[in-house]
Amino acid sequence: MVDRRDLVACEDVVMFVNAAVTATGQREFRDDADAQRLSVEFLHEYIVGNYRELYAATLALDINDFNAALIVRHLLESSRDLTPEVRRREGELIARRLELMAPQRVWRLFRELARRGVNNRRTRAIMRDWAAGRRDPVFDAVKYRAGVKATMRHAHLEVPAETGTFLFTPLRRVRVFTTPLFETWRQAHYAQSSLYDLPYSVAEGLASAHGIKRATFLEKIAPQLTRLERLRLQSAGERAGATAIKADLAEMRLTRLASYVLSLSQAERAARHDELRHAMTVSARRVAGEAAGTWGRVVAVLDDSFSSFGSTAKRQRPLAVALACRFLLKALAGEFTGLWTSGTHDPLLVRPSGPTPLGNRLIDALELAPDRLVVVSDGWDNSPPGLAAEVLRVWRERLDPMGATTVVHLNPVYDAEGFDVKRLSASVPTVGVRDAEDVPALVELARFAEGRAGFAELRRYLADRQDRFRTRGAAA
Amino acid sequence: MNGGFAATGLIARPAQVWGAIRLVPLVREEPLVGLRLDRRVYGVGDPSIVDVGDGSWYRSFIPHAFVASWDVDGDPTAAFGTQLHERPATPRSARMRMPTRRAVRRMARGVGSNRLRFLPMHLALEGYLALHFGGPSIVWEEWTDRAVREGLSPRMEEAYCGYAVRGLADALKVFEIHPGQCGVALYVADTLASVFVVPHPSDYRALHATLLEDLYGELLFHYATYVEAVPDFVVAIEAQRVSSLADLRRAAAGQVGDWERFHHLMLSGLTGEGAYRNESVYRLGPFELSRFLPSFRLDEENHIGERITHQDGRLAYCKTFRLSAAQVRRGHLLTTLHAHGWALDAAATALHSTPSALARRIRESGFEGLLRRHAVDRLEREGRRRDR
Repeated sequence: MVDRRDLVACEDVVMFVNAAVTATGQREFRDDADAQRLSVEFLHEYIVGNYRELYAATLALDINDFNAALIVRHLLESSRDLTPEVRRREGELIARRLELMAPQRVWRLFRELARRGVNNRRTRAIMRDWAAGRRDPVFDAVKYRAGVKATMRHAHLEVPAETGTFLFTPLRRVRVFTTPLFETWRQAHYAQSSLYDLPYSVAEGLASAHGIKRATFLEKIAPQLTRLERLRLQSAGERAGATAIKADLAEMRLTRLASYVLSLSQAERAARHDELRHAMTVSARRVAGEAAGTWGRVVAVLDDSFSSFGSTAKRQRPLAVALACRFLLKALAGEFTGLWTSGTHDPLLVRPSGPTPLGNRLIDALELAPDRLVVVSDGWDNSPPGLAAEVLRVWRERLDPMGATTVVHLNPVYDAEGFDVKRLSASVPTVGVRDAEDVPALVELARFAEGRAGFAELRRYLADRQDRFRTRGAAA
Repeated sequence: MNGGFAATGLIARPAQVWGAIRLVPLVREEPLVGLRLDRRVYGVGDPSIVDVGDGSWYRSFIPHAFVASWDVDGDPTAAFGTQLHERPATPRSARMRMPTRRAVRRMARGVGSNRLRFLPMHLALEGYLALHFGGPSIVWEEWTDRAVREGLSPRMEEAYCGYAVRGLADALKVFEIHPGQCGVALYVADTLASVFVVPHPSDYRALHATLLEDLYGELLFHYATYVEAVPDFVVAIEAQRVSSLADLRRAAAGQVGDWERFHHLMLSGLTGEGAYRNESVYRLGPFELSRFLPSFRLDEENHIGERITHQDGRLAYCKTFRLSAAQVRRGHLLTTLHAHGWALDAAATALHSTPSALARRIRESGFEGLLRRHAVDRLEREGRRRDR
C-alpha cells in the first residue's frame, strides 16, 4: 500500500507544481478570475495541510510570484508546531525567494500579512531582514509608500527619523525634508518641474493632478522608466506622440518580447519583420546559453487556436508563450520545425483564431521522426475532440514502444476545475509553463509528471533543487 | 408548397461542447456569392410593436433585424455596411441601446432596390402565430360570436431569450469558429435547439453573438437548467489496426465521416419530416425568402423556421425554432380543427375523443371563450341536428 500512497503523493505534488507555475488568479479563456482564485487557494490549503515539507520546497522551483507569495503567506500563517530545524530551513527558503521576487509583490505580500493579522516572531523577523536588505530604502519608501508604511507599522520596524516623518506625518505639517528624494516628492506636489525626478508610477498620479498632457509627461519621464515600463509604454508613447521612449528589444526577456510582438498590428509586424525576428532570436539565444544546439532534431506543435487569446486580463498570453517557445526551441535544437495548428508559416504573424486540430498536427509532426516533440497548447483539443490523445496513445503503443522520441506537453493555462493544467493524454507528461525561459528546467520535471520516477526520486530532486537554491542565495 | 428540409451545401465539423450546450459548426467549402447578411440593432428592453402590414400588429422582443443585400448578377457582394457610398445600417461594434418606442414596420420590407430588412425568427414565429388565426370558417353553433368575429385574437406565445438559457453565453464565448464556417447547429442537452445558417463566413463571424439574443423554446430553457453536462464524443482508434503512420493518418481521416453521420443522426428531427408547409415571403434575385411550418406530429420534435434558398437548392440563410410540447399540441389541435372545417364533433371523432373532452382540451390549450358550453354539451348528448 505504501507504493500507492507514494504514487498519490507524487501526483499531488506534480499537480501542485503545475498549478504554481501557471495559475495567476486572473481570468482565463474558459474560467473567470473568481473560479481561478478559489481553485488555487483550495489547492494551496490542501497541499500545505498534507505535504508541508514539499510545499515549502516548491519555493525553490521556477514558480510564479503570485504563487510564491501565496506559499510564503501560508507558511507564515501556520508555523506553531514546527521543530526549530524545519523552521530554519523554511526561513531560508522564504528569504531567498523574497530576494528573487519583484519588490512590489513582496510589499503587497507584507500588506496582506498585516491585513490578516499574521504577526508571529518569524514573520516580523522576515520582514525586518528583507527590508534591511533593500538597496535604497529611501527610494522604496517613495515608490512603495503604502506597502512600506503598512510593513513598518505592522512589524514595529525601526525607521530612520526622516523616513518616519515621510511615512506617517501629513504633508502639510512638513516644512522641508533633508533627504533629497523626499524633498523632490514634497515639491512635486506643488511644482511640475520636480515631478520628473520621481519614479514613473509615483509621478503618473501627480502629473494627472497637475493636469499635464500625456504626451509631454511621457516625453519628459522617459529617463526614469524601468525596462518593463519602457516596453509597456512603447505603443502608448507612440500614440501620444512621445518619441523619447525607445526600448531596446533584444535585451528584453523572451516571453515579454513575444507579448509585445503580438500586441502590434499585422501590418506593423510585417513592416518591422526583420527587426522583430532579430530581437526574438537574440533573446532566445541568450536564454538557451550553453545548451544551444544540443537538443537534436526538435519538432514543436504550437497552438494558435482562438483559445490562445487568453482573456482581456492576460491578453494573448498562451499564444505569447507558444511564440516564445518557438524561438527558444529553435535556438536549443540542432534542426527545428514548428507546426502551428492553424497552418501558418510565419511565426511573427500568428494570431489567435480557428479551432484546435491538434491530432492532425501531431501526425504531421510525428512523420518528421524528431528526437523531441514538444506540444505547447492549452490542451483543449476539439477538432475532432480527443484525436490528439488517441494519436499519442496508439503511436506510443504500436509505433514507438521503445520511446525513441520524447514527447512533452507544455500547458500555459491552469484549469480551475481540474486543479491542474489540462492533460493531453495519460501517456505523455504535461507540465505547466508560464515563461518560455523556464522550459529547459520544466522538461526535467516532466519525468515526474509521467509517473516514471517514484516519490523518493522526486523528494531527492526537490532536496537537490533546494540546496542549489539556498547555496546560490548564500553565494550571491 | 410542401417539402422537406435539407442543409444543402454545408458540411458538419466536430462539435464543441460546453456544459449542456453542444455546438456543431457547419462549414461551406466555398461561400455563397451574391447574398450577404448584416444586422441592424434595435433597442432592447420593452417589447416592440410590429406592424404586419395587413392591418394586424403584434408586440414582441426584437433585438435586431437582419439586412440582406443581394446582387442581381450574382457577383460577390460585400456585406451591407461595408460597402462604399452607403450609409452603414449599424456599425458592427454597435451596442444595444435603450428602447425607443416606435412600431417596427413589416416583417420583411424592402429597403432600397436590392436590400431587404427582415426580423430574424419572426417570419417563422409569425407563421406559427397566424396559424388558422381567422378562427372558424363555418359558423357552427358551438362557437361563440367572438370566436367567429375575431378568430383567435389575441394570440400569445412565449419563448426564452438566449440570455436566459443557462450556459449558452459561455458556450458561445468559448466556441472556436472554424475557417469557412457559415452556420451552426445548436443543441441543448442534445436536443436540437436551432439551426442557424448565413451565406458568408464573415457574416457568421459578425452574427455569431446574435445567437444569444435569439428566442429559444421553453423546453430548452428547462433542459439547460436540469442537465449539467453532455458527454463529448471523443475519438477512438483501434490500436491493433495501426502499423504505420500512414495507417494512423487514415484512421484520423476516417473520423470526418463519423462526424458527418453523427450530425445527420442528430439533425434527423428536423430533416426527417418530409411534409413542411412552405410559404414564400419575398423574392431576392435568384434567392427566395420563405418560412416553413411542420405538420405538428405529437410527441416528436417539431421545428418552425425561415430560410433563404438559392434557385439551385443551396441553403443561404436559415434559422429554426424548436416548438415546445404545448406549442405542438396547440398547432396540432388547430390543424385538426381546420381540417374538419371547425366542426367539433367531426374533429373529436378524428381525435378519438368526445366533443366535451375536446372542448376542455381547447380551453386548456389556452383558447378561452371560443366555445359555448351548453352547445357543446348538447352536441355531445344529441349529436349534430340535421333539421336546420
